[in-house]
Amino acid sequence: MTPEEIQQSLAAKFGDAVGPLQPANKDPWVEVKPAALREVCAHLKADPQLHFDCLMNLSALDWPKQNQIHVVYHLFSYAKKHAFILKVKLDRASPTVASLEPVWKSADWLEREQFDLLGVTFEGHPDLRRIMLPDDWVGNPLRKDYAEQPHYHQISTTRESPLDGFIRLDEMKKRAASAATATATGAETPAAEKKELPQ
Amino acid sequence: MTEPRRAPENPTMEMTSNKEILRRIEYTGDMLLNMGPQHPSTHGVINFLVQTDGEVMKRAIPEVGYLHRSIEKIGEKCTYNGFMPYTDRVDYIAAMFANQGWAMAVERLLGVEVPKRAEYCRVIACELNRISSHLISVGTMAMDVGAVTPFPYALREREFINDLLEELCGARLTYNYLRIGGVAFDLPEGYADKVITFVDHFEKILVEFNRLITNNEIFVQRLAGLAPIPREMAIDYCLVGPNLRASGVHFDVRKDLPYSIYPELQFEVPVGRGEMGALGDAWDRFSVRCEEMKQSCRILRQCIAQIPKGESMAKVPRKIKFTEGLEAYSRIESARGDMQYYVVAGGGENAYRVKVRTGSFTAMGIIDTLSRGLMIADLVALIASLDVVAPEIDR
Amino acid sequence: MSKHYAQDVGQVVTTRTSFIDDIINLARKSSIFYLLFGLACCGIELMQTGGPRADIDRFGSVPRATPRQSDLMIVAGTLTYKMAERCKLLYEQMAEPKYVISMGSCASCGGLFQLAYSVCKGVDKIVPVDIYVPGCPPRPEALTEGLLRVQDKIVRERWFAGRREIGQRAPGLGIDYKVSA
Repeated sequence: MTPEEIQQSLAAKFGDAVGPLQPANKDPWVEVKPAALREVCAHLKADPQLHFDCLMNLSALDWPKQNQIHVVYHLFSYAKKHAFILKVKLDRASPTVASLEPVWKSADWLEREQFDLLGVTFEGHPDLRRIMLPDDWVGNPLRKDYAEQPHYHQISTTRESPLDGFIRLDEMKKRAASAATATATGAETPAAEKKELPQ
Repeated sequence: MTEPRRAPENPTMEMTSNKEILRRIEYTGDMLLNMGPQHPSTHGVINFLVQTDGEVMKRAIPEVGYLHRSIEKIGEKCTYNGFMPYTDRVDYIAAMFANQGWAMAVERLLGVEVPKRAEYCRVIACELNRISSHLISVGTMAMDVGAVTPFPYALREREFINDLLEELCGARLTYNYLRIGGVAFDLPEGYADKVITFVDHFEKILVEFNRLITNNEIFVQRLAGLAPIPREMAIDYCLVGPNLRASGVHFDVRKDLPYSIYPELQFEVPVGRGEMGALGDAWDRFSVRCEEMKQSCRILRQCIAQIPKGESMAKVPRKIKFTEGLEAYSRIESARGDMQYYVVAGGGENAYRVKVRTGSFTAMGIIDTLSRGLMIADLVALIASLDVVAPEIDR
Repeated sequence: MSKHYAQDVGQVVTTRTSFIDDIINLARKSSIFYLLFGLACCGIELMQTGGPRADIDRFGSVPRATPRQSDLMIVAGTLTYKMAERCKLLYEQMAEPKYVISMGSCASCGGLFQLAYSVCKGVDKIVPVDIYVPGCPPRPEALTEGLLRVQDKIVRERWFAGRREIGQRAPGLGIDYKVSA
């Protein structure tokens, strides 16, 4: 089935909850209202014509300019060999959407990852906790306004460059030579910084 | 044929967090062991929290993230071509495929067509990499099960492939060979003969390998009937690649959603048949990989015979920029399955969001369900048969 | 019998070892067991270095899975903050005298992941490192050279003749370094 047909059959059943087919440049997608997501997905899986038996990918995007977080679901059907894309737009302050774990088991880990990295809460998920980052990590790194902490468990998160204050050998000799001539002529010499090569 | 070893039905065990498990085992007297993250048999740095009475496991909960290198966040800070080395690290054992997925996604956004010769170079590099990735998978599976000898054999063959790929692009492991619009370097002089020599030599080694372990009685007894994954479960948990094909699903991205020059090549897609035990057990996953290596040799011969003359890279703008919000999705058949890239373009030279969906990530989700009632040694064989690698899981 | 060991790179390091020191060090350097601490891509090259072609088993180095039985920890790959505490734990579980090779650029300084939020920029923030092997990933030959440099370090250690200075190791090893430019 083509994406137009899928969208029409969804719109026929769910009406307003399913938006029109967005003419994306490469892959057309459909916006679904968050409240209706679980039913739409259950229908997509159960209907024999659509038969979307696999949730391939679940990504969340942070759009601070629109004050939204979008969650994108890529579905695929091994029986019918067609794919479809759903998008859900959530409020950025408290992004919450129903979990699709009862529908497709692969949503389990995919949702945990987006919870960890972007802070999207999935209601009804059996075990929503951090997966990639340590349990006591502060913040959601993939958000656009994420600021890295300067320390994690007393390990500093920056590394100073070994070239800080590093002076090349020929430069050092030149400065020593100019300092010698300066003292010979009696002028004041600035304190030459010498940093030895790190051992 | 032995009875398939299935986990007994245990409806009282729900999904619980680590703290709940710790609380429960105080009353049951079981041990909670950490298998990993540094372990010779977990494929990379993965931790398993195993609740066991000593031999039989009640739960084995995978804990990942020990190799989370924030590659997706770095994708938002790099240019499109500059991100290519990072895709190598997404799956370093099959790095050419990761490169190809990214290149295809951005080429889809650009709308550029890759020249035929570049596509052939890509396929040659990718199929060589598929063989070398399967060699590691098969070798470590044999080693985890106890047969240490096949592993150096596999490493020896892999050294020949490393030599070939090093001659092609300069690196042994993280190649950074593909570019947006083509490949970085054309095939060197005399490369075709070297590849054919290798393929001739390797096909004989495969026969020897199969004689040594694939049909070996001890190996079969260890793996046959272990954790058979039914077809619906494999699709529901979104297993891909050889794991999915071993469960009887006849799906390969190269055949069903063809890309690159695969429509012009003739090869078969091995599917598990449940020869030694149940359909979709660990032995099926192993033998599907061995068969795939054979088919890759066939593809390599055809590519070398059919490669046309031409450019190795299309004309692409020096600075690749898109308007914000354009998105593209690419799917390739990597050695570990269906690797998918979801790219959302930012307004400038960087992407806005990069999401890599790898086969190993979703395969970890199935381990908890499958491992109840198995023995600890079986867990090792199960992880090896699913061919999970830590960088694909954690990115 | 005193020997002088010269190191290139413009600095002369001398130490005087006795005959017994030489015998002990020969035994120690010829059987360095390394901990399999392959974290990432460098771990594959570590496997290949232990593999058939660039075989470090000919130097007596075999991989051990447990830190209790190993002298050398080859940190091969990117260290994340989540893994850093386990790395420290493993280092503390090794028995003295122990050495650390930081293999690859990710272990030495964070590598190409400088912009990453979860990568520890260098394993020497966690454990003291003896030898840094650069590369991404380093060739097996480079890692073998790193192992040979560890052997050079081992060969210079003194066990019995008087203690002048305590080095970074536990007491019991008198290391006498005289550096002249």
